[in-house]
Amino acid sequence: MLVVWGAATLGFIVLKLIPGDPVEVMLGVQAQVSEETKALIREDWGLNEPVLSQYFGYLGRLVTGDLGTSYQLRQPVATVIAQQLPSTLQLTALALAFALALAAASALFARRRRAGRVVSVLELVVISSPAFWTGLVLIAVFAFGLGWFPVAETNTPRSLVLPALALALPVAGIISQILRQGLDAAERQPFATTALARGATRGRLLTHHTLRHAATDSLTITAYLVGSLLSGAVLVETVFARPGLGRATLRAIIERDLPVILGIIVLAAATFAIVNLVVDILYRVVDPRLRQAVAA
Amino acid sequence: MSLAITTRLARGRVPRSGGVMAAAVFLVVLAVAALWPGLFTRIDPLQTEISNALAAPSPAHPFGTDQTGRDVFARVVYGTQHSLVIGLVATLLALLGGLVVGTIAGIAPRAVDTVLSRIIDVLMAFPELLIALLVIAIVGPGESSLVVALAIAGVAVYARVSRIQTLVVRRSGYVRAARTLGVHPLVSVVRHVVPNTLGPLLVMATIGFGTSIAAAAGLSFLGLGSAPPTPEWGLILAEGRNFLGTAWWIAVFPGLAVTGTVIAATVVGRRLLARRAGRTS
Repeated sequence: MLVVWGAATLGFIVLKLIPGDPVEVMLGVQAQVSEETKALIREDWGLNEPVLSQYFGYLGRLVTGDLGTSYQLRQPVATVIAQQLPSTLQLTALALAFALALAAASALFARRRRAGRVVSVLELVVISSPAFWTGLVLIAVFAFGLGWFPVAETNTPRSLVLPALALALPVAGIISQILRQGLDAAERQPFATTALARGATRGRLLTHHTLRHAATDSLTITAYLVGSLLSGAVLVETVFARPGLGRATLRAIIERDLPVILGIIVLAAATFAIVNLVVDILYRVVDPRLRQAVAA
Repeated sequence: MSLAITTRLARGRVPRSGGVMAAAVFLVVLAVAALWPGLFTRIDPLQTEISNALAAPSPAHPFGTDQTGRDVFARVVYGTQHSLVIGLVATLLALLGGLVVGTIAGIAPRAVDTVLSRIIDVLMAFPELLIALLVIAIVGPGESSLVVALAIAGVAVYARVSRIQTLVVRRSGYVRAARTLGVHPLVSVVRHVVPNTLGPLLVMATIGFGTSIAAAAGLSFLGLGSAPPTPEWGLILAEGRNFLGTAWWIAVFPGLAVTGTVIAATVVGRRLLARRAGRTS
């Protein structure tokens, strides 16, 4: 909650500090509008009121879910976001699923020395490759080269695969690295030796003991990365010419559509808060020590 | 990827020295290409040759040519300068800003520290790319606003580290001793606290430099940075996007340059981090 409020406030302050009259921005450079009309618009949008009352008005409307009205699209910001959100949610959800699956696969199957070395080089490469470039390479190879997937702009499940993969790869690299570090650390703990001495197989040690141990750190990082998936969507949606929140953000930035930008800041902060809440709950599921702490 | 994460990852595997050498050599080659691009190619990156447009890589044009027949290799080589300068200036500005904010938070009264720390927390909650996008939304697109945007997006991480470092050093014996000897508190901050913060920050900046270059290429790719026909890596990539089906080389090679730079910076940065960790523990 604090983060949402802080972000809304910071965003509001910054947007008020921008030089230039929002009405001029709204109308565009070429517009030939009389001063009276401009004054009328200002009155209509409440831009003549003191800044502080504008701020509290904004906060008040925010609580009720009213994010204001887009300067350019003349639609409520909430509607603009609601229209674009499903497409981006599908993309990021599939990307997150890909990332977790890839990370789990590399952590479970690449623990041997040589495989581990190969995987850690692969991790470095995918983490370092910008998502928009990975996306272009994927299009060149799998859409143009092999023809397995549509090139762009078809709204089918198949068209979702490549963008999600482009978005997922860097994230998968990071989660995989954290997960493998966590497993390595857990295996050096006394409890791992005890479990092995009691006759647990390597596989059982992994699934019943060390994986659980390593999962907490990976959870923290995954939560952080959800944000970067959303901002990566700006690039990936542009690469693949997909509609979505990312493209809406880019449009708002280029056209300086301030209410939409502010709405997206608030949405990002809310996402951050929700993700953190979910992760806090998941910690309890993964780590029994936290459950006891609450009971006590 | 975010600097906060990359520095965290660095706690893991230390790259082997062969890889570190290769990475360092690559960075030196990049620096040379940025300073004297003419050493690598004699072709003008802006020279068009329509009759030879979209030619595949060949000995004459190792990376092929683009839609107006410009040599992609020359454009990538000349692009080094733009991308490197943007990345370097943005990183240094972020470091400087972070150092100032973090040191102030570290020595200021509690109230100031709390406010600054909260602002840093809110900034850290957002991905760097999103912050950079918002700054550009405010100041408008362009190469210099790109630098400012990346710098602001990066400040929080440096500020957090230098704040913690300041808190630690401030309580250390020699700073107290200096105070007792009558050294003015401000002098003590500049002479004792800041030099101690600078080390970790510079190491972080090595990795941050790679991150900035990738972010700069991304923002230019979106059309928010350099303007055509500047040879800048992100911009060349954006132009290549439209010809992906017929001429993959336009988009692939500048992206390879970005990725290579990020890898090299990360490998060298991790090595430096590991050395620091070895020295302090």
